[in-house]
Amino acid sequence: MIKLDNLTKVFDTPKGAVVAADHISMEVPRGEICILLGPSGCGKTTTLKMINRIVQPTSGKVFIDGEDTTDMDTQSLRRNIGYVIQQIGLFPNMTIEENITVVPKLLGWDKARYRERARELMAMIALEPDAFLKRYPNELSGGQQQRIGVARALAADPPVMLMDEPFGAIDPINRAVIQDEFLKMQQELKKTIMFVSHDIDEAIKMGDRIAVFREGKLVQYSEPDDLLAAPRNAFVESFLGEDRALKRLNLVKVNEIVSDEIGTVSPGDTLEQALARIDDFGYQNSILMVNDQRQPVGLITRAVARTTRGYCRDHFQNVPATVGLDDDLRKVASLMFAQDTTWLPCVDDEGRVCGQITQRAMTHHLGARFRAAERTAQAAAETTSKE
Amino acid sequence: MPIQSLRGALLALLLVAVFLAGVWSQSSGVIDDFLWYLPDVRFLAVQHLWLTAMSGGLAIAVAIPLGILLSRPSMSRWAESLMQVLNVGTTIPTLAVLALSMSFLGIGTVPAVFGLFVATLLPITRNTYAGLKGVNPALMEAAAGIGMSPAQRLLKVELPNALYVIFAGMRTALTINVGTVPLAFLIGAGGLGELIFTGIDLYDPVMMLSGAIPTALLAIVVDALIATVAFLVVPRGVNPNRA
Ligand SMILES: Nc1ncnc2c1ncn2[C@@H]1O[C@H](COP(=O)(O)OP(=O)(O)OP(=O)(O)O)[C@@H](O)[C@H]1O
Ligand SMILES: [Mg+2]
Repeated sequence: MIKLDNLTKVFDTPKGAVVAADHISMEVPRGEICILLGPSGCGKTTTLKMINRIVQPTSGKVFIDGEDTTDMDTQSLRRNIGYVIQQIGLFPNMTIEENITVVPKLLGWDKARYRERARELMAMIALEPDAFLKRYPNELSGGQQQRIGVARALAADPPVMLMDEPFGAIDPINRAVIQDEFLKMQQELKKTIMFVSHDIDEAIKMGDRIAVFREGKLVQYSEPDDLLAAPRNAFVESFLGEDRALKRLNLVKVNEIVSDEIGTVSPGDTLEQALARIDDFGYQNSILMVNDQRQPVGLITRAVARTTRGYCRDHFQNVPATVGLDDDLRKVASLMFAQDTTWLPCVDDEGRVCGQITQRAMTHHLGARFRAAERTAQAAAETTSKE
Repeated sequence: MPIQSLRGALLALLLVAVFLAGVWSQSSGVIDDFLWYLPDVRFLAVQHLWLTAMSGGLAIAVAIPLGILLSRPSMSRWAESLMQVLNVGTTIPTLAVLALSMSFLGIGTVPAVFGLFVATLLPITRNTYAGLKGVNPALMEAAAGIGMSPAQRLLKVELPNALYVIFAGMRTALTINVGTVPLAFLIGAGGLGELIFTGIDLYDPVMMLSGAIPTALLAIVVDALIATVAFLVVPRGVNPNRA
C-alpha cells in the first residue's frame, strides 16, 4: 500500500517558485495499479519521484505499507521499489543480463540465483533469453529496451513499482501487446503500482484507479468507470474527451450485460416452426439455429421463413459473428457495426450458445451509470446549495 | 574510374620514388651513417620512454582522480572555473613550463618529469571531467532510483560510460608527451632530444634524423598501444569501435 499525505514540491527556479505538486493526498491499496494521468507538466513525474526520493519533498509524507518513509535509509528504500524511468535508462555499458541483475547483485544474491532470475524475467517479458541476455542495449529496438527496463525493475521482486510512461516509446500495436502482457503478469504478481501516463486509453485499460492531475493538484481520484461516468469538473470532462461514453465500452465485459434468454431453432425444425418462434420472441429479422451441442451453426431470416417451405437445415445463412463472455463491449460494438446487426449471440468457452447481447442492452447499461452519476452530482449540488 | 586510375598512377610514382631514394641512400653511404648512431638511439630511446612513462603515469594517476573529483555534484560550484584555469594552463607552451620548472627544481630528470607531467595532466583531467559530465543524466537517475550508492554509481555506471572519452584524453596527452620529451634534453634530462638538438647545432642532418625519426615512431607506437588497450578495456556497448 502506498499512501501520500499532503505531499508538496516547490521548485525554486530563477523565474520564481514552481509548485510542481500541491498537497497531494491519496492512497493506493495493495496489489492495485494507480494511474497518474494529466497533461504535460502537471506534476505526475514529480509526484512519482518523491516516493523514491529522487525528488526531495518540500513537505508532506509518503507511507509504504503503513510505514513513514521519511527517515528510512534512501538506498534500501529504493532497492525495495522497482523504478522504470521515463527515458528507459538502460546502462549501455552492461549486457542485458547485467542490466537486469543489477538490483539482485546489490542485494547480495548469489550468482546461480540471479542468473536463474534473469532467464525467468526474460520469459516473463516474452524475449528469448539465449538470443538477448548477452547483447548490449544499443543492439535492441526501442520497444525491446522498454521491456528490459520493466524487467530490471521487477528483478528483485519488489512489492512496490513506480513506472513513468513505461510504454511511451512503443508504437500503438506493440504497446497494446505489451500492456496485455503486463496486465497478465500483474494478475499473478499483485504489485502495488504507481504508473504515469498521459494517454487516457492506456489509463482506462491499465488502471484500477486513476488520479487526474492539473497544475500540481490532484483533481479527481476514482476508479476508471466512475471517472468516465462522473467527471468531477469541466477540466476532467474535457481531458477525458467527448467520446468518454464510448471509452467506457472498454471497461464493461459481455458477461455483465448478457441476456441468457435467447430463442433458437434446430436444423430439424421446419421453416414454419422457425417463423412462429421468430414471432414468439418478437425478433425483427432472424433467429439463431444451433446443433445438438448448442453450438451456433446458422441464421434463419424472417424473409426466408415466410416465403419458403422446408427444413431449417437447408435454408440457413452463416452466423456473422459471435462474442465471448470475457470480450469487452468495444469489441461487441465494433462487430455490430461491421455486420450491420443489432444483436450478437454469446458463446461460452466450449463454443455453446449461452445468451445474446443487444445494442439496446448496451445503450441502457451505459446510460444507467450516467443517469445514476448525474443524480448523485445533482444531489451533491443541492446539498451544497442548502448549506 | 578517372579517380581510380589517378590514385593508381600516384601510387606507382610513390613506389618509384621510394625505390630511387633507397638506391641513392645505399650508394651515398647514408645508411651506414645512420647505423653508426644505432647504439645511441637505443640507449636514448629507452631513456625517452622512461621520461614518458614517469611523467605520463604520474599525470594519469593525478588527472583521473582530479577529474572525478571535479565532476562530483558537490563540486559543481567550483568545477567550471577550475576547468577554465586548467584550460588557460594548457595554452602555456611546454617549453615555458619546462623552463619554469627548471628555475625552481634545477637541472636533470626531476624538473623534466615535472614539466612533462604538468603538460600531460591537463588534457587527461579535461577529458575525464567532460566524459563524466557527459554521461546521460537519465542513466544517473536510473542508477540512483535502483538504489546504488554514490560510489557504486561512479564505478558501475559513470566511469564505464565515460571510459571511451577518458581514453581519448590519455591517447592525445601521451602522444603529445612522447613528442615533447625531446625538449627535456634542454634541461639536461636526456632522451632522443639529445640527437635532435645536437644534430641541429652541428648541422648534421643524419644525426638529427636519427633522433627525430625514432621519436615519431615512438609516438605512433604509443598511440597504437593506448588505442589497443582502449579497444579491449572499454565495454562493448559503449565502444564505438566495437559495435
Ligand atoms: N528539477 C526541476 N526544477 C525546476 N522545475 C521543475 C523541475 N522538475 C520539474 N519541474 C517543473 O515542475 C512541473 C511538473 O513537472 P513534471 O516533470 O512532474 O511534469 P509531468 O506531469 O511529468 O509532465 P510530462 O507528462 O511532460 O512528463 C513542470 O512545470 C516542470 O517544469
Ligand atoms: Mg513526466
